[in-house]
Amino acid sequence: MVAALSWAARLKAGLARTREVLNTPVPVLLARRRVDESLYEELEAALLQADCGVAATQAIVSSLRRKKLEDGEALRRALKDALAELLLPLERKLEITGARPFVIMLAGVNGSGKTTSIGKLAHWLQLQGRSVLLAAGDTFRAAAREQLVAWGERNAVPVIAQPSGDPGAVLFDALGAARARGAEVVIADTAGRLPTQLHLMEEIRKVKRVAAKAQAGAPHEVLLVLDANTGQNALAQVKAFDDALGLTGLVLTKLDGTAKGGVVCAIARERPVPLLFVGVGEDIDDLRPFVARDFAEALVG
Amino acid sequence: MSGTSSVYHPMLDNLTARLAKIVKQIRGEARLTEANIQDALREVRVALLEADVALPVVKQFIEAVRASALGEEVIGSLTPGQALVGLVHRELARLMGGANVGLDLATQPPAVILMAGLQGSGKTTTAGKLAKLLAADKKKVALVSCDVYRPAAIEQLKAVAAQAGADFVESKSGENPVDIARRALEHAKTRYFDVLIVDTAGRLAIDEEMMREIAELHAVLKPVETLFIVDAMQGQDAVNVARAFDARLPLTGVILTKLDGDARGGVALSVRQVTGKPIKFAGVGEKLGGIEPFHPERMAARILGMGDILGLVEEAHARIDLDEAKRVADKLKRGRGFDLEDFKAQIAQMKKMGGVAALLDKLPAQLAGQISPAQLQDDRQIRRIEGIINSMTPAERADPSMLKASRKRRIAAGAGVPVQAVNQLLNQFEQMQKMMKMMKGGNMARMLRNMKGVLPGLR
Repeated sequence: MVAALSWAARLKAGLARTREVLNTPVPVLLARRRVDESLYEELEAALLQADCGVAATQAIVSSLRRKKLEDGEALRRALKDALAELLLPLERKLEITGARPFVIMLAGVNGSGKTTSIGKLAHWLQLQGRSVLLAAGDTFRAAAREQLVAWGERNAVPVIAQPSGDPGAVLFDALGAARARGAEVVIADTAGRLPTQLHLMEEIRKVKRVAAKAQAGAPHEVLLVLDANTGQNALAQVKAFDDALGLTGLVLTKLDGTAKGGVVCAIARERPVPLLFVGVGEDIDDLRPFVARDFAEALVG
Repeated sequence: MSGTSSVYHPMLDNLTARLAKIVKQIRGEARLTEANIQDALREVRVALLEADVALPVVKQFIEAVRASALGEEVIGSLTPGQALVGLVHRELARLMGGANVGLDLATQPPAVILMAGLQGSGKTTTAGKLAKLLAADKKKVALVSCDVYRPAAIEQLKAVAAQAGADFVESKSGENPVDIARRALEHAKTRYFDVLIVDTAGRLAIDEEMMREIAELHAVLKPVETLFIVDAMQGQDAVNVARAFDARLPLTGVILTKLDGDARGGVALSVRQVTGKPIKFAGVGEKLGGIEPFHPERMAARILGMGDILGLVEEAHARIDLDEAKRVADKLKRGRGFDLEDFKAQIAQMKKMGGVAALLDKLPAQLAGQISPAQLQDDRQIRRIEGIINSMTPAERADPSMLKASRKRRIAAGAGVPVQAVNQLLNQFEQMQKMMKMMKGGNMARMLRNMKGVLPGLR
């Protein structure tokens, strides 16, 4: 529970900065005030500015209106409850079970933080006593392989990389290596790609098929890495990658900035893929399991 | 509206439908009034929010449009709705910068360009693109990385510099970024470089230490261009980030990256409004050639979901081999039919235009919405068609009507496809043949209109 608390604290600290900048301090806004039309409008503005999106914001605000609450404090609690309820279906723990090696594949658009998240995820798994092996599957971007290898060296995690070529082949190799070394978990990096690049979407489907060929049942987790700075396009990303790969989970990165990642509210409504982890800082242990209640708490204070 | 299409352009479909509704609702009034634009403006507000324009900017914008719309006469055959949409589009384009502005490198060389932005916004790739662009302009360009934090960031820029054909100033992750900057500047001066592009680590606007670092870099380098690199997918927080960077750094311009995605890019308006700095370029794709001048009108249309028809036409003109098109047209005029050999040539031209995926992005919502992602295998399908045609004899290519069952079987076996694929190709060919007749006069607009039926994956 210690980790969860400090996570919430961190997240809250990050979001407190946001509120300063945004000049819409939700708790201040709601406390010691009578509920009137302008308060609902301010609430709506706060949710929109957190990237919750028009549809999700309107749904949340109108559900609160129906409660006909009178004082701000009650409204604040109701808002928190509504958000927590909306986000709760996204809560799921990553469990490494059964298969060995257990294969986790990461996907995402360019610059969403895949490689960094892999580092943090490997660290998190090591803390759970798992042996981890990384597959440098981003064979496209300049020095992506070097980035992962450098990280692996620093943290004593083996990285399987090939001088060039095919991401499927790298993963195939990595699975062989993992079996030979008895590694429990393989995490596969992939190149960043936009859903509009259909040939690259086809390529990543192939990587997934290769994993299944190399080992029945793999990949066991297919995670999409989302940047918390992303606006409503994050929802389109979830849909496109889910349609192409059948996502099992999401990782939301860069929550240590001023962005709130409210787009998960829209995701929860329209394509509820579980959110496994949130990245709340630059340090290696700043990847934390997602807790709906804490997230809701941090979002509205 | 098909269910699958919403995967790629959910909001586009949405907005176009909405605007169409507005146009219908307020038809037949001669003047824009408070009453007849109220609903329309509400829809525009929603559209802008869904395009990720920041809320304060949206509010400002709607008020400005309301003020300038009231009393405006509805000219000619326009409905008030159309007039309003036109006004919204014009106003958006105006706010995003009027005409497009390039780099201003007029200074005592070396002209220094400093790159700044959040993590993952695309600084390093964009640095390479700028280097390539300037090198093509006969400039002697050097690149240097002050990103000593992210593993292999320096190696990445080194690889990118090599691809761009630019000089690379070495740096190490153990060094102080400001020392690197000083050394690189000295290097560029003594070796008479025209331009020095300085890549920096991604940083959070609230990271005081890092913001101080980049301010110091700026003081040492005295860059002639300080460019703020922004991800086109960024959401509401863009105003806060842009304001914070603008407050700490005298920005001279903005580059919008990842515009080849399907984000509507409302961030362009947010950042422009907050910083007042021109958006100088748009980044499209990971290849180093993927950088374009920023076009405010097109961006306005994209934010509103109107599609980049202009860009499509321009691109078609640039890439299509005019001689080849003329050869086919001549052939048609001489009365000879359009045969499969010509069809193959057409397909090759389509490939040059970047395949269907590149076109998709530029089509307006009504059209893009009709593309089924499942069918759209694009380049693969084009290769397949080529394979089938290559499996035919010259006689068969000249006169496809001779293709009966056994010839089709042979061709299918040769191309490694089922016979149905051969039939499908012949059907597509027939449609293309019809279209070519229409194109006789070289009417590109008409051809684009009819492309819908012929492009693989469009239905």
